[in-house]
Amino acid sequence: MKYPSFLALILLASALSARADQNAPPQQSPATPAAGSKTVKLCDNKTTVKVANDAPKTRAEGQKVSDALMAQWKATNPNNNWVQGEVEAHQVVAPADNAKLVGTGQSSTYGTVTHQDVQVWKNETYKVAVYGSTVFHSGDELGSEIAVSCDMCHPRAANTHPESYPKFQPQLGRVVLLRDMINWCIEHPVRGKVLAPDDPKMRALEAYIIAQRKGVPLDYGKR
Amino acid sequence: MNDNAKIPHIKSVETRHLEERETLFRGLHRLDRRSFLKVSTGAAAAALAAGASNHFHSFLPVNVAYAAEGTGAQGFTFAYISDSHLYIKKTNERFVRQLLRAVDDVNKLDPQPDFVFYGGDLAQLGRKEELDLGAQILKSIKAPVHMMVGEHDWFFDMGHRWNELFGPQTYSFDHKGVHFVVLMSVQEKDFWSARGMSPAERMHTVAGLDNAVQSAFEVGAPQREWLRKDLEKVSTSTPVIVFSHSPLYKLYRPWNFWTDDAEDVQAVLQRFDRVTVLHGHTHQVLTNRIGNIQFHGMLSTAWPWPYAPQGLPALTVQMNRPNPFDSNDGLGDGSVTVHPDGLVDKLYNLWNRNPMQVKASYLSSGGKSDIPVAPTLASY
Repeated sequence: MKYPSFLALILLASALSARADQNAPPQQSPATPAAGSKTVKLCDNKTTVKVANDAPKTRAEGQKVSDALMAQWKATNPNNNWVQGEVEAHQVVAPADNAKLVGTGQSSTYGTVTHQDVQVWKNETYKVAVYGSTVFHSGDELGSEIAVSCDMCHPRAANTHPESYPKFQPQLGRVVLLRDMINWCIEHPVRGKVLAPDDPKMRALEAYIIAQRKGVPLDYGKR
Repeated sequence: MNDNAKIPHIKSVETRHLEERETLFRGLHRLDRRSFLKVSTGAAAAALAAGASNHFHSFLPVNVAYAAEGTGAQGFTFAYISDSHLYIKKTNERFVRQLLRAVDDVNKLDPQPDFVFYGGDLAQLGRKEELDLGAQILKSIKAPVHMMVGEHDWFFDMGHRWNELFGPQTYSFDHKGVHFVVLMSVQEKDFWSARGMSPAERMHTVAGLDNAVQSAFEVGAPQREWLRKDLEKVSTSTPVIVFSHSPLYKLYRPWNFWTDDAEDVQAVLQRFDRVTVLHGHTHQVLTNRIGNIQFHGMLSTAWPWPYAPQGLPALTVQMNRPNPFDSNDGLGDGSVTVHPDGLVDKLYNLWNRNPMQVKASYLSSGGKSDIPVAPTLASY
């Protein structure tokens, strides 16, 4: 797939932020350029290319610089296509499509909703669920001491019934939320380390489990 | 009442329940009149003690019908263990303990089954160490053991170690008038070469039940041809029992509860009067009938699978939803009683729950008689 360079950079930046909370803005920082050339740095703050000072200031030349940066970044980040890879393997359910809102006003907050708005909402939401799928399917990500992952009992999150929470869990003697049961499973069958409620992995696991039950009516308290 | 010595030993309700259950369960395997009477008495006592809603109650008519039919019988029983998914012991001792529990179960059967069938997926990631550990554990089974391969045993070294340990993956044998066939139903079309996968990556992909990168399971043309030849010499009145790791029908493709060329295999089997297919892979109570072919699933000793969201055969009475707080719930082993007429009653020995029996008469009657006890908590 070929993206225009600016879009590739945006996607790259958001991919990084979802994985590691590093949201470095794109920057070009030829602080001390070498003789006859300047250094262009990618938004990961690591990847660089040298560009001749006398290079023509045309779109084609700009595209070359961008392609060179992306090629380098892809070589050093072989897992860069993790979203596509995860979706192909585990078929995460996509979030709601808000395309019908394009062109409508949204009071005073955003002005008119654009295609890009809708795309960003969808991509960002989906990415969290897809990340949840990688955690869900990996004993290592879950910190399991016995190489057990969630999908072993819950293929595609089957039988996780997020719609039934909160509910009274007699075995625990209290009302539990989905995240309590996720942590219970991590602690016991998986034998991993429990996650803080706001741990990115917990948030992603919840997102994935709920994503897979898209369309099922909420029925909290259901046994 | 401080003088405890004068009080006779009183068994708790729980102990009595477990003892009665044990007596009944063991008794199901005894066919002679004396044992039958003993079982009936035990079951009646249990029913009285626990009230009519107790599951034992449903076993009473089962035993009556069975004993009548079994008079002068040459029927026999074999046991099964399946889907143990062993890692090496250092990685995960839980799955090892669970297989040991199943081995204890079948060794405790009295009388002993004619043989024990292993339903595939002995290993989790197909490693030599895992298969060797499994082979070592299965050696302590007292009865003769017949093996079947599963995809978890196969896709690391494409069956190399499994074949070394257990011989060919496709074979047949005759036992007391029944022709048994063991198939390798988990062949997959090459999805790994084009992706440049290592053996470990290939195995890891197949090991994920819900991993869509892999291909569909199939028996494959060469093996179907072998089956056709193998059955040529068998008369249509001979009962045939086929073992396949995946169900030999199409249930739910995303989890490979599926055999891609199932119809072709069924076509080879349709000319026989009585055919039973027993399969692993699905880790649950699963019942189906297609034409003259009766299908039964096997329980796993490692973990239970949920029921597939679509495609569940109408004849399947689900097992109870496993309780996640009970690490052995939904697991177990079981046994198969082969009637003199060649049809089978399938007993699911669910650990920590009452056993569940799916009788041949339930399937033959199209689900009208001998209906198994429905679960109180079905799938979401």
